[in-house]
Amino acid sequence: MASPAIEVSDLRKSYGPVEAVRGVSFSVQRGEVFGLLGPNGAGKTTTVEILEGYRRRSSGEARVLGSDPAAGERQLKQRVGIVLQAAGFYPRLTVHEAVSHVAKAYPDPRDPSETISMVGLADSADTRSNRLSGGQQRRLDLALALVGDPELVFLDEPTTGFDPAARRVAWDVVRTLRELGKTVLLTTHYLDEAQALADRVAIVKNGEIVAEGPPESLTPASAGYRVSYEAQGRRVEHQTDDPTDLLHRLTGDALARGERLQSLEVARPTLEEVYLELMDEDER
Amino acid sequence: MSPAALAWQQFRLERKLFWRSPSAAFFSFALPLVLLLLVASVYGGDAERLEILIPGIAGLSVMATTFNAMAFNLTFLREQGILKRLKGTPMPTTSYLAGFLGSAVANAFVQVLVVVAIGHLIYDVSWPRDWIALVVFTGAGVVAFGSLGIALSHVIPNFDSAAAYVNAIFLPVMFVSGVFYSSESLPPALEAAAEVLPLKHLVDGLGGAIVTGAGVQDNLGGLAVVALWAGAGAVLAVRGFRWE
Repeated sequence: MASPAIEVSDLRKSYGPVEAVRGVSFSVQRGEVFGLLGPNGAGKTTTVEILEGYRRRSSGEARVLGSDPAAGERQLKQRVGIVLQAAGFYPRLTVHEAVSHVAKAYPDPRDPSETISMVGLADSADTRSNRLSGGQQRRLDLALALVGDPELVFLDEPTTGFDPAARRVAWDVVRTLRELGKTVLLTTHYLDEAQALADRVAIVKNGEIVAEGPPESLTPASAGYRVSYEAQGRRVEHQTDDPTDLLHRLTGDALARGERLQSLEVARPTLEEVYLELMDEDER
Repeated sequence: MSPAALAWQQFRLERKLFWRSPSAAFFSFALPLVLLLLVASVYGGDAERLEILIPGIAGLSVMATTFNAMAFNLTFLREQGILKRLKGTPMPTTSYLAGFLGSAVANAFVQVLVVVAIGHLIYDVSWPRDWIALVVFTGAGVVAFGSLGIALSHVIPNFDSAAAYVNAIFLPVMFVSGVFYSSESLPPALEAAAEVLPLKHLVDGLGGAIVTGAGVQDNLGGLAVVALWAGAGAVLAVRGFRWE
């Protein structure tokens, strides 16, 4: 089996006395879409920027496509595409000029026009970047990251500030990348985005990963299943890791009393509930 | 593409960007020429003063096209995140800088030639008597002012304040360095200041090349001052470099 596209173990990054990343470990398989989900300031961007080669780690190990990203090798950069959170363009270059120029730095780039069409900017190919709308500029970000036909794409909050249409385009692009067999590491603070796009999600909080797995399986120990029903006009809720046993007892008791459990529901917590619970733990 | 070919591509892009940016083209290209025409009209046909003015404006052009342009451009590129984006691509840093600096060097040499041509064709100043000295001093000035401009960009906090930082240096240096009149007519303190700054020595070297025919060997002291600034500028330019 091919080695993972990204391998991170016990990654740490301190800024003076502040430890922004506190022992993060995860790996991303080739062809996988991996999401780092967490609020602003959780350490997602610091982690990604270490992997992109922008920052040096304080300690721990990081391998990207088999190389140490801190070495800044050109061979690695040729295989990686980066969408930064905020990066500008030459204001007086057109979309096509900007994409073509960047393409020249890669050994085997995509066709610039095709890349521009892929991100939905074909109609603006001859527009100068300072005349693009915010959403169009984010599409140009994507085009610039993809024109080198990278194996691995970093997307740091790729849809923050997107209008819904641009967001849909970005999501489609990520899905296209997956179909093409590319590896994607994306950070987001949008739950629905992680749920919609990522094969696996790591929830990051205060510089640490607090939960990790496929979005549908992410269940912190405290939440488990939720069983609820109505009794005497109010909603009764139980949480359990073993719903079979709980249901058996609840329904057995109700039947023994000759009652029915009204509006009985058994639910897995949604990722949103898991996420909010994880984020709230400090306050509890 | 090879690093050299990428440098050439970057150079071509920089040329395109330069001519598409009216304010950059004006401040680094047109302003020295406007000053030349204005001051020359004040001097009338006074050949002696024109022979100070033409090399003076040539030296000023070298400073404007490199020092001012580097400080403005790099502050802008850093603030916009263009440098950061660039660092994430396989474009080698050396190729990028070669193209970026090469464009400024081209501006400086073209501008010196334009000033020399105007001087000869309009004001009857001779063609340069020592072309080698002209190239050597222009080249040394480009390296010194280019690297000092890069170094200055490191301390400029944002693009809005770039004009203040640049002009706080550019304007006083211009006035003490014998661009419009001989620096010997300055008060002694200002003349002493001019002696340690690079622009006066660049202007003197260009004056030798254009007017008196004094070659490189006649202005070695001045060349050494420019070279010292170039060395200091290069160290500061590299040491403080920030991508974002």
